[in-house]
Order: sequence, then structure tokens, then C-alpha cells
Amino acid sequence: MGMTLAEKILARASGRETVRPDEIVVAAVDLAMSHENADLVRKSFLEIGAPRVWDPERIVIILDHRVPAESERTAATHKAIREFVHAQGIRHFYDVGRGGICHQVLAENGHVLPGMVVVGTDSHTTTHGAFGAFATGIGATEMAGVWTEGRLWFKVPSTLRILVRGEFAPWVSAKDLILHIIGRLGADGADYRAVEFDGPAIRSMTVASRMVLANLSMEMGAKVAFTPVDDTLLEYLESRAGRTIPDSPDFSPDADAGYEKVLEIDVAREVPEPQVACPHSVDNVQPLSAVRGKPVHQAVVGSCTNGRLEDLAVTAEIVRGQRVHPRTRLLVIPASQQILLEAIRLGYIQTLIEAGAMINPPGCGPCVGVHQGILAAGETCISSTNRNFIGRMGSKDSFVYLASPAVVAASAIAGEIAHPEDILREEVA
Amino acid sequence: MSGEFKLRGRVAARLGDNIDTDVIYPGRFLNITDREKTAEHLFELAYPEIRSRIRAGDFLVAGKNFGCGSSREQATAAIKYAGVGAVIAASFARIFFRNSINLGLPAVVSPEAAAALQEGDEVELDLTGGLITRLATGEKFAAAPLDPRAAELLAAGGLIPFLKRKYSS
Repeated sequence: MGMTLAEKILARASGRETVRPDEIVVAAVDLAMSHENADLVRKSFLEIGAPRVWDPERIVIILDHRVPAESERTAATHKAIREFVHAQGIRHFYDVGRGGICHQVLAENGHVLPGMVVVGTDSHTTTHGAFGAFATGIGATEMAGVWTEGRLWFKVPSTLRILVRGEFAPWVSAKDLILHIIGRLGADGADYRAVEFDGPAIRSMTVASRMVLANLSMEMGAKVAFTPVDDTLLEYLESRAGRTIPDSPDFSPDADAGYEKVLEIDVAREVPEPQVACPHSVDNVQPLSAVRGKPVHQAVVGSCTNGRLEDLAVTAEIVRGQRVHPRTRLLVIPASQQILLEAIRLGYIQTLIEAGAMINPPGCGPCVGVHQGILAAGETCISSTNRNFIGRMGSKDSFVYLASPAVVAASAIAGEIAHPEDILREEVA
Repeated sequence: MSGEFKLRGRVAARLGDNIDTDVIYPGRFLNITDREKTAEHLFELAYPEIRSRIRAGDFLVAGKNFGCGSSREQATAAIKYAGVGAVIAASFARIFFRNSINLGLPAVVSPEAAAALQEGDEVELDLTGGLITRLATGEKFAAAPLDPRAAELLAAGGLIPFLKRKYSS
């Protein structure tokens, strides 16, 4: 029997011919990413007592959760990180104003390539499965172990294969597809497992949309989540890495790989309309029509899930020539400096500001509930982000609905949860 | 690891399914990087009453997928430094489970015990044998035995002391 992509990558990284689910392997780490919690990693690393990190070229640190520093305490952690990267010779450090959200920065600077083992002190590190990497989140102390030894133990995951066919209905996006899947499988539906997405509906997606699938697979517990390595991806990578990336059988599962389960989805039939994850869990998913009309006080487009150029483009398209509803505010947070710059060039930022949106600086913004758009008790937010847990974006008595950027934009104009067609129809009438 | 690894404690609180790390440790306190201080904010938004009920060595009992969501290690640290001796759950989210072992906090998988144990129960945990006993009645519940790697790390007190022996000589 052949191997899944997760098995192939772990076999290569652990120096084995083959590996099988549930085996424990020790794999060499190709890339180790941290954000502000690099300060926690640093402290654990200093306690361990190794004099130098294993390989400063393989460590990337990006400040994104609280940028620029919102408090003296954060400023002190940023400062400690800057001093540490300087002392250790870590060159790949993206400071305030030079990067954006860690996952976007890794992607757009060509740090991640197919077949790599990537670990990050951020749960949404699964995003990099969109680049054919075995990429997963770990804690800070575990990362200190990686900084020390350059390797980590893994239990080889079994794999869930999800094949998607059919045409996406108008205003249905990758976000709606993955919310539907999470709603179906549950918050622990892929716990400890690898996920492989494939099928014509996946292969026709942009790289940015594939990142949405890999990113949100974390919300059903996935250890890693892959989308296919194909020409679309290789062209994207070549433009970022500045060199040719030849395809290899090492970047795809074997045709006779063994799967725990294969799920087939016809997106046209099973996801006929946009989806919304309702408070307070990501698997509490309803079709948009079930929650349409719910008043919203804040609308947010941004995050490592949906803050990319195509997300800003659809937001601008929907709000163009209209005004954000008087009882609602719209916050837009480009995922990176590069995306912000490109959105300025293309006129999206002007369109958004003319419609009454506030543009926040690139970073995690209010998604993690620490600054730049905190919710008061009793407030409701519709957001293109990734979590709607109790108190995630502010008060424990606030409510977060997760949806696509198109639905968030339409809801900002309507002042209530709305379908983009509601807004565009009114405009015509 | 040689010999037995047993703990005794009282169930301080019972929690439901899918308790996420934002509920355990709210994002607004993530810039606290002293592990001991994280305990001050354990369950602060959703269940602030639990923290004051915890006595040193107590256990937490939870449903499935405990610790889902963010990779924040402060969620594990806050539980440990609030005095909790072990967490028993029907299942754990994977990053939380690894963080617990790495910080030296036993995380024990037992759907049976998670369904049966009540607040106030006095319990014995046999981590190596994979057995949980309700002391008042003698009822026993099967638990997943620790794998040797996790047992080694827990016995050392976590990953830092484990690696320290190797690297700080």
C-alpha cells in the first residue's frame, strides 16, 4: 500500500522508507515560526540552557498579534524578542511595518515549500498545508525544544480525504465550503488527523482560497491539512521564491494510499448558499438564510483566514458606492503590508474608506480580542475571522458570527446579517 | 519510567465538551509571559468561580476535545499554576495535550471517568496502569495509559527539566 502525503513527508523527515498511522517518529524540522509568543519560547529556551539556537536560518519570527504595541507590557515583550533575534543571528525577523500576519508573511516571502516539515507556535500553522507542507501548531515550550534540537516527535496521523466537485454557486466561497464541512464533522471531527482536500472544485481555486481551507481545518482539530500541489501552486511559489520549483511525486499522495475515511462533497448541491458559524463555536454552522436579518454592531474583514487581496477585492466590490449602515462599523484589516500596498494600488482602500470603513494596520487586529475593535457586552459582530468562542473578541457577553468576506461586507451595509444579493439588488432598484 | 505513578486528589470542577483555550485563558492576557502569574486569569471570563475553588492537587474533569482552539501555552500554565494536579477528560485537543505533558501537567484520557465523576469526588489516578478509582465507592474507570515518551517527560517534570539535563552542563 502507498502512503498519504502526511506519511510521505514524515517518512522523509525521519529517515524512514515508510511510516504508518500511530507510529511515533522523530522528524527533522525544516522551518520553525513564532510570533509574539517567541518571548515565551525565549524564556523556555534560556531555561534549557543551550547556548545557541540549532539553526538561525530556519527560524522565522513575525510580530502580528499586538502591532504596534498596545501596552507597556507588550512593548517589553517586543523589545525582548528584538534583542534575542539580534543576539542569536536570526535574520528572518519581521518587525512592525515590515510584515503582517505570520501565516501570510511566510507565504508571500516564499519561506514554505512543498514537502517541508513546518512547526509554528500558532494553531493556524495548518495554513501551510496549502503549500504542500506538513505544517502544524505547537506550544511555546515545545518550540524551545525545537530551537534547541531542530527536531520533534510526531504520532503519524491517519488521513481523512475530502474530495470536492461541482461549481460554486454565486457568492459561495472557500470559507462557506469549509464552514459547511466543520459543521458536518464537528469541532473534534478531524482531531489528531491529517486532511487531504482534492477534486476539481479544489484544483480550480486560487492559492489564497486554498489557504482558507487549510487554515480553518484547525477548527475541526486537524493536525495538518493539505490542498494539492499543482501548476497553480507551483507558479505561485516560483513567483515568491524567485526560482523554479520542480514538481515531484514526493509532493502528492500515492494513488493507492490508505485513508481512514473518504468524504465526497458536491459543492453545488451541498453548499447552495453562504454559511455562517453562530456563537459560540465554529461547528455551530447554519445556512445564511437561517440567520439573515440579525442586527450587527460591528463587521470585520481580516485575519489569517480571510484578509487577503481577493477578500479585500470582494469587500470593495460590495460596498462600492454605498455607505456602511449608521448602526454598524466596518473594520478592514489587510493581512500584510504587501496586501495593503496592493489594495491601495488597485483602489480598494479608497473605495472602502469612501464607504465608511476603518482600515486597521496589518496584523491579527481584533480577532484575538486584545485591541483595535473590542466588543462591548450585548454587541454582535459578523467577522471573516476564524473563532467565535466566548469572549474571543471582547466581552464574554458579546456574540460573534463567522462568515465569508462577501457576507460580512453585505451585512455592514445592511446593518444586519445579509446576503450580498440583498445589497446589490437594492442598488439596482 | 520505573515504578508506579499515582496521584490522589479531589474533583474541583466538572466542565462540558469543547472547552476552548480562550475560555481557559482569555486572549487579552497573552502578553503575560510569567507562567506563575497566568493562574490569576484562569477561566476569568466564562467561569471565574472555579479558580477560587481549586486547592493544591485538585483535579479538573471535562468532556471531549478539552483545550481546543489556540496553541497558547498559558492555558496549560494557568491550570497548572492554579494548583491543579491533573486534568481528566473524555478527549483532549492535540496541542493542549502536548503542552500539558511538556509543562508536566498530567492529562488523562478517560471517557468513562469523565462521564461519571462529580465535583467533590476523591479520586486516585494510576497514570502508568491506566486506572482511575473513585475512593468513596471503589468504582474503577479505565484510562488510556501514558505512552512511554509522555511518561518520561512527566516524570522529569516536563520538557524543560528533561532537556536541561542534556544541554546545560
